[in-house]
Amino acid sequence: MKIIVLMKQVANKDAILRINKSETWIEEGDLSHEVNESDGYALEEALRLKEKHGGGEVVVCSLGPQRVKSVIKDALARGADRAIHVVSDDTAQLGPYAAAKVLSEAIKDEQADLVLTGLQSDDNGYAQTGVILAELLGLPHATIVIEVDASGEGLRVKRELESGWYQWYAMTRPALLTIQSGISQIRYATLKGIMAAKKKEIKEVAPNAEALSAAAHQRITKVYFPQKTKQTQFLGDGDAKAGAAQLAEKLRTEARIF
Amino acid sequence: MPNGILVFAEHRGGAFNKTSFEAVAAAQQLGASLGQPVSAVVLGTDAALASQVAAYKLDKVVSVEHPKLADYTPDGYADAMERAVRALDPQFVIMPHTYLVRDYAPKLAARFGKDLISDCVRASVSDGAVTFSRRIFQGKIDADVVANGEPPVFATFQSGAYRADQAERGGEAAAVESLPVEVGEVRMQPEEPFQEVKQAVDLTKADTIIAIGRGIKGQEHIALAQQLADLLGGEIAASRPICDAGWLPIDRQIGSSGQTVTPKLYIALGISGAIQHLVGMKNASTIVAVNKDPEAPIFDIADYGIVGDLFEVIPVLTEEIKKLKG
Ligand SMILES: Cc1cc2nc3c(=O)[nH]c(=O)nc-3n(C[C@H](O)[C@H](O)[C@H](O)COP(=O)(O)OP(=O)(O)OC[C@H]3O[C@@H](n4cnc5c(N)ncnc54)[C@H](O)[C@@H]3O)c2cc1C
Ligand SMILES: Nc1ncnc2c1ncn2[C@@H]1O[C@H](COP(=O)(O)O)[C@@H](O)[C@H]1O
Repeated sequence: MKIIVLMKQVANKDAILRINKSETWIEEGDLSHEVNESDGYALEEALRLKEKHGGGEVVVCSLGPQRVKSVIKDALARGADRAIHVVSDDTAQLGPYAAAKVLSEAIKDEQADLVLTGLQSDDNGYAQTGVILAELLGLPHATIVIEVDASGEGLRVKRELESGWYQWYAMTRPALLTIQSGISQIRYATLKGIMAAKKKEIKEVAPNAEALSAAAHQRITKVYFPQKTKQTQFLGDGDAKAGAAQLAEKLRTEARIF
Repeated sequence: MPNGILVFAEHRGGAFNKTSFEAVAAAQQLGASLGQPVSAVVLGTDAALASQVAAYKLDKVVSVEHPKLADYTPDGYADAMERAVRALDPQFVIMPHTYLVRDYAPKLAARFGKDLISDCVRASVSDGAVTFSRRIFQGKIDADVVANGEPPVFATFQSGAYRADQAERGGEAAAVESLPVEVGEVRMQPEEPFQEVKQAVDLTKADTIIAIGRGIKGQEHIALAQQLADLLGGEIAASRPICDAGWLPIDRQIGSSGQTVTPKLYIALGISGAIQHLVGMKNASTIVAVNKDPEAPIFDIADYGIVGDLFEVIPVLTEEIKKLKG
């Protein structure tokens, strides 16, 4: 089975975000980055499917500047076989249609049996790239997938619905699935894996120019910190311990918890 | 010339989703500011369903019908909606940002060579131009977004962005029009939805919930929060990543894919406050948030906030409560 996994690099979750001068995006300069959370689970699922079904190939594909190489190398160290890096410096304002178009051009000749993406990016949060990509590749898709059974000719996938409900879908293969976090426990890269990764292929490709330059259908005009709507009583004024003592008192006298 | 606003009303097995009526409210407000008529579209097998939506103040309700629309599938819905949108030629297509809409609407938009302005929390109109606002970076930042290019503009609204009870009802029922459509090949077959076997803990009955997030750093630190929970006679709960990592069982997860709770007291320790978490706990009577990031979105719904390290806060809080309880 040949499986392509799309992996995006995003700002570190713990990073303190600052808004750039033109107020159109965050200040990227001093940020640290990590792999998008659900994409890490998508990779894990691809590796498990390969192991379970007697081999094949796991190909990682990422669109972004040179720094995304760290995501790619980490994926190779965990067991992906090779990678495609679509190199582009400015992808922050790329809408999901344009991103999916660029990615589809980069992987369409691979003829994969499965394409896995994360269900949502932690920065833009469009929740669309995978589904649009499926449409562009002519593949059936399922989103928010939490279990995959590829033992038959087609696929059976378990989808998460709202508030604790689930649903199984039977579908044809090839297909595209968007993977939900928690589908399985993510493995660590071993030293052996890290060494082996050094010999694996990372193919750099330029993004399809037409796809990249297609006019964005949505444009960010301004970014800002959300306006607070609730009057929060902040306690301790930066002193966590003092805040904790005040909180105990408030819980007793104001909230009457005990 | 494209005209009007088309709002997609979602149902499963004939029961309409409340967020559909939030979307109706959003579409009506947009319609009022732009001076444009608002119609609703319902997908299914017959017009009986659509008449449930006709009580709202709408220009009309379009019932898009085909036997393949009896159960939701992304292939079936994308085909049917594509035809409806082409036939009705609206300027805006407004949808609730539900799991079902996330599943098929990007495919629908792609048929028009577009994407969705997804998960919006507001829309405002000035000089006839619409600005949509959406949360990015997991709720930490807001972005104002404008649509470019030809209509239709596809936009989805976050659950809770508008209130369903603000959707205006009409004096008399809106006209219901049937629109039979072609639906192509459907490549997936849904089975019956189900819930996992009965949850071991029912957090909906707890008066006090101590919830931990990724800020707790390691499974070994959960005991700290557990002590506080025990002292207050409460239950321990968590954000999704804690359950994903297997540190707590999934039946302790709070949020859109976990439990929805309304305790008297909810203490969020090291939880950032992504919308998928907030929908599960924002109606608690008293909400306390402890987070080292002053901009964490969880503070937006907290009654009491401490900006600081939870590892400093928990031991002191536990001690002080012990003292006060005497
Ligand atoms: C379809 C879908 C469904 C989802 N369903 C759910 C769901 O049901 N429930 C849910 O919770 N999430 C759900 N999520 C995930 C959600 O989007 C967030 O990713 C998740 O809630 C984040 O969890 P967190 O706040 O614990 O982690 P993070 O976002 O990583 O936040 C950790 C926080 O801890 C703070 N922190 C770190 N160290 C300390 C310290 N020492 N002291 C104090 N604070 C500290 C940080 O400042 C940060 O704010 C879902 C996502 C999707 C896309
Ligand atoms: N630049 C990118 N490179 C690789 N994969 C991407 C990129 N952007 C989006 N994706 C994939 O699409 C998913 C959904 O992203 P989004 O539509 O932005 O929420 C992500 O989880 C990734 O798997």
